Amino acid sequence: MTQPPGSTSTAPPGPAHSGLTAEQRLGYWRSNLTLTLSLLAVWFVVPYLFGIIFSTNLNAVKLVQAPLGFWIAQQGSIYVFIILIAIYAFRMNALDRATGVDG
Amino acid sequence: MSVQVWTYILVAITFSLYIGIALATRVRDTRSFYIAGQGIPPLWNGMAIAADWMSAASFLSITGIIAFSGYDGSVYLMGWTGGYVLLALLIAPFLRRFGKFTVPDFVGDRYGSQALRALAALTAILISFVYVAGQMRGVGVVFSRFLNTDITTGVIIGVFLVFLYASLSGMKGITWTQVSQYIVLILAFIIPAAAISLQLSGNPIPQLGFLNIVGDLDSLQRDLGFAAYTAQNKTNTDIFAITMALMVGTAGLPHVITRFYTTPTVQGARTSAIWAIVFIAILYTTVPALAIFAKTNLINSLENKPYASAPAWFKNWEKTKLVVFTDKNGDGLMQYKPGAAFLKTPTGGNDFAKPDPANANELYIDNDILVLATPEVANLSPFLIALVAAGGLAAALSTASGLLITVSGAVAHDIYYKLINPNASEGARLLAGRITVGVAAIAAGYFGINPPGFVAQVVALAFGLAAASFFPLLVLGIFDKRMNWQGAMSGLLLGLGFTLIYIINFTPSLGGRGAPADLFLGISTTGIGTVGMVINFVVAFAVSRLTPAPSQHVQDLVESVRYPSGTLTEAQSH
Repeated sequence: MTQPPGSTSTAPPGPAHSGLTAEQRLGYWRSNLTLTLSLLAVWFVVPYLFGIIFSTNLNAVKLVQAPLGFWIAQQGSIYVFIILIAIYAFRMNALDRATGVDG
Repeated sequence: MSVQVWTYILVAITFSLYIGIALATRVRDTRSFYIAGQGIPPLWNGMAIAADWMSAASFLSITGIIAFSGYDGSVYLMGWTGGYVLLALLIAPFLRRFGKFTVPDFVGDRYGSQALRALAALTAILISFVYVAGQMRGVGVVFSRFLNTDITTGVIIGVFLVFLYASLSGMKGITWTQVSQYIVLILAFIIPAAAISLQLSGNPIPQLGFLNIVGDLDSLQRDLGFAAYTAQNKTNTDIFAITMALMVGTAGLPHVITRFYTTPTVQGARTSAIWAIVFIAILYTTVPALAIFAKTNLINSLENKPYASAPAWFKNWEKTKLVVFTDKNGDGLMQYKPGAAFLKTPTGGNDFAKPDPANANELYIDNDILVLATPEVANLSPFLIALVAAGGLAAALSTASGLLITVSGAVAHDIYYKLINPNASEGARLLAGRITVGVAAIAAGYFGINPPGFVAQVVALAFGLAAASFFPLLVLGIFDKRMNWQGAMSGLLLGLGFTLIYIINFTPSLGGRGAPADLFLGISTTGIGTVGMVINFVVAFAVSRLTPAPSQHVQDLVESVRYPSGTLTEAQSH
């Protein structure tokens, strides 16, 4: 049976088996961390600050009849979550392609 | 044709479909049994994740819970969707790159500790088990409500069906049944929601329609002496903690994480996360809108109306005690007011023989009624009413099967194969997996028929435990190379221990005697997982810095899950 990608391989995966130089690896990980932290900042601010802590203040604004803070807590934050996950997947998949390796 | 006939037809068709899929996807190796041979395309995996995720409670109860808690119900909406951001960014792609069978697999290898592997397997079993019992109960409840069977018969049918298709075709089969179950459950949910939205707001899209009536509901509630629907009742601290515990708990639930192992590539795992959140959001953005429509309709059609001329749906569901009226003031009209209509029985249920004299509320309304009665309220055809029954069953079965595979993985793969008998043959491992599914299904069925007193606390328990255990364990394992088994073990024991003791102490049905005034910062049991998680992180970090760094082998493993290491090209060149 051939070993499919990512399955239990016998050789310990590690630096010696990597197709990347140390510099490439550092760059890749930094890009990943920067992207992750910026997206997580939005993940925190929208539901926790806009949807919870300051929701009463935002409720002064109305979307038709819906108070804004309430709308963010019950609808808006969910739409933001979709966008965050999509940005992460597209950017990281593009970074993988640019780094020249799949898997 | 009547609703009952349509229900029998739809249940027969969908159940045959699930069994048919299982027969067509029978598996003979453990890789297919646990991770579907890593051959599931991202779109379909996303759909399966959504079905796996959305349980009987999501389908039947959550709309009612939100309708009766208003703004405060937002914790479930944000919590059960926002967790996917954490899962997609911090966990899924890395565990997919690691690429083995189960979550305890990663924990055991990453920390180089069999004790941690065993502890992780036991935690996975505990979390999945409290969850699966509720699903089996859900199957029984749907059967009893739509087909007038007793709950026990329904549970037994559910156990048999899930055992059959999960043990026969493992993860591969349940993936495709989950895909079909998603389609059934989402149609069953959004068609009635769109119909009632059109009826009450003039717009068939519930997410837009509710904007036109939510202000009216606010005034309606205030007029009856309730707080405004959009007003906040719980404290900011409690809402914050509950939302965080549900998000972090979501990201730490083993049965969800395992689904990300089934994609062909790491990139596919990331893309499945997009599909998963889209498919989940379709339901979770409809839920709060439907809650507002159903609540408005409930008040308008019942409040101060003569009981004698109550709507037909009210009379129908009255038989199942999902709505109960007691004429406290003897005026023949139904008054809907704040407070519980009936006194409680010693076990926490409602004593329908004893109206509560302390308030003027004359109506008891079960959470589930809002989803169950919507098609009747909107005058939909019997076929669509029956579809709701099929949808509820699909939601319960899809979640139950995912949980059973997770329990099976923890018992047969992690404990039996990895810890007890590493020389077990492929055939013996597969047989152990199938047997575990059977034993777990029967045990879950038993608890579905005889639910222990803590069933209502299952949510707090499962999410609190996942938040305080797997989430820190996995995130530290990936993002902190210096983290060693000493740190992980100490963090896990203290975080998990604190959360368990706190939940038990403040849950009367578990024998807890804590007074509400003693809650830490006023945080309820559902939110305490957030504190447990913080304890886990802090303790793990501190202990790991005072003890030796992990071995080079472990550090290499951390490196290997972080970068695209060229495994694909390498595997192809061999």
